[in-house]
Amino acid sequence: MLDVSEVTGGGIVPPPTLHQGGPAAIPHAKGAWFDPVFEGLCFGAATLLLASLSGLVISLAIGGWPALSHFGLSFFTSTTWNPVDDVYGAAGPIVGTILTAFVALAIALPLAIGIAVYLVEFCPRMLARSVSIAVELLAGIPSIVYGMWGLFVFAPLFAKYVQMPLIMHAAPGSLAEKLFAGVPNGANIVTASIILAIMILPYMATVLRELLLTVPPQVREAAYGLGCTPFEVVTSVIVPYVRRELVGVVMLGLGRALGETMAVTFVIGNAHGFPKSLFASGSTLASTIANEFTEATGELHTSALIALGLVLFMITFSVLALARALLSTKKV
Amino acid sequence: MQVHELRRKIVDRLFTIACFGATVLALVALVFILWSLVIQGIGSLDLHVFTQSTPAPGSQGGLLNAIVGSLMMCMLAMIIALGIGILAGTWLAEYGGRTPYGAVVRFMNDVLLSAPSILVGLFIYELLVRPFHGFSGYAGAVALAFLATPIVTRTTEDILNLQPHTLREAGIALGTPQWRVIRQILWRAATAGLVTGGLLGFARISGETAPLLFTALNNQFFSLDMGHPTASLPAVIFQYALSAYDDWRRLAWAGSLIIAVVVLSISIIGRFMTREKFKP
Repeated sequence: MLDVSEVTGGGIVPPPTLHQGGPAAIPHAKGAWFDPVFEGLCFGAATLLLASLSGLVISLAIGGWPALSHFGLSFFTSTTWNPVDDVYGAAGPIVGTILTAFVALAIALPLAIGIAVYLVEFCPRMLARSVSIAVELLAGIPSIVYGMWGLFVFAPLFAKYVQMPLIMHAAPGSLAEKLFAGVPNGANIVTASIILAIMILPYMATVLRELLLTVPPQVREAAYGLGCTPFEVVTSVIVPYVRRELVGVVMLGLGRALGETMAVTFVIGNAHGFPKSLFASGSTLASTIANEFTEATGELHTSALIALGLVLFMITFSVLALARALLSTKKV
Repeated sequence: MQVHELRRKIVDRLFTIACFGATVLALVALVFILWSLVIQGIGSLDLHVFTQSTPAPGSQGGLLNAIVGSLMMCMLAMIIALGIGILAGTWLAEYGGRTPYGAVVRFMNDVLLSAPSILVGLFIYELLVRPFHGFSGYAGAVALAFLATPIVTRTTEDILNLQPHTLREAGIALGTPQWRVIRQILWRAATAGLVTGGLLGFARISGETAPLLFTALNNQFFSLDMGHPTASLPAVIFQYALSAYDDWRRLAWAGSLIIAVVVLSISIIGRFMTREKFKP
């Protein structure tokens, strides 16, 4: 702490209080010693976040290692999942996870774009706020509620009004018959994908809406001024403007869909192996873990389930990391 | 030329209708879900649900132990998450956010925001359940805290970045140590945003099931001891919904309704506290 008289050259008489007891006498400087401690605490908290993510990977790797080393590459290629004989292959759940996530994305993406465009371009101001809150509410519903609704409300309706007619009308021996084969109870790959789509839709629509709002009004107005219709403004001005971030949003939705657990566990039917048709039961990485983990007794079974977790982490982490990297230019 | 104009108009009309249709579809889904929740849940919602513990099949009971267990775990989780999240968010906004290390932390935090919750369950199982040979409410709370912390961190950083620089400069100019500037000026100015971050985190974890399945497990009886397996509303719903007993399923619907109402009202409160000021 500098002496005030030195700084001012001694010409001005400093207030006497400053001289009496050194730095401690300035009331606001009280506790300056705590500054580095506080910074250290904040730094520690930030580091803890990083450490927890690393810890997650390491613990999954350690827990899954026995199964991975025991089965080697066949863990990823085999569809056998047999706790009785202690033989585990993850190909079924891996394919199920990717399949349901992509079908869900295919359903949700056009709808999400439609909602975002409607809210930004067409919707009256008054209405836009309440509609976007409603859409965000849809994102807030817990996944277990989606699961119950999917199993007890949606699946029976789907089986009765979609699955049954399709099975009835598929010509014997045709490709359609193969695709639609399955027990018409509504617990299948397609139902799971639709529930997933409903779950990621509001999330994607909300991020997309904020993305569209970042397009400068001048760009949009210039296009309208040239006589473009709203459709042309969206397709040839707005979408190209946010192209990169749009891919990021798609990845974000995909990441969500890949890791979703409870809702899928309720409606996918939980059968191991490759799904035989669109309407056959299947399983995903997350649903297999949720279903079997507490009942797994053998070391190898537990380890195989943790290895599934490791695979899921690798897939979702790369997708989410890509999403964040693409979205990093605009803060959405 | 006329045909071309007409085609443009038709395409535009169709596009507008499609966008409108997508929005209506989402709203219909929301109403449909809430409607079936209310229809199925309201009939099973009576006083017993809040005063009695989970029953054996065929006998009368409620969800008291699950509600209490959920509350205890969520509260503890929020205490941990607010402590770590606010400090980490403050570090990102006030200290090291611009360093390469800060960029890495922010990036990982964003990834954690949407990381699959079931993996958190597996991680906490490996970290706290396996070494100590037992499922416990504490492990469940830590797993939930793991999910809420990134949300709190993100909102804290965002809201602190919105505070005007003059606030910081005014505090520093008075000779106030930086930690007191942060605690007494910035955090105070940002209270609404910090509370919102907490509410959003709470809304997120109160409905989480997957991380609790392998950490807190479940408990059929009423217990305030978090050192043992602890019941939670989502875990009970999961167990009861997939059971074959009608009265269990009714309780599951009642539980779903309770969770949905709680989560939705918390998120609505959170939204209205911040308006359009910032987006977490």
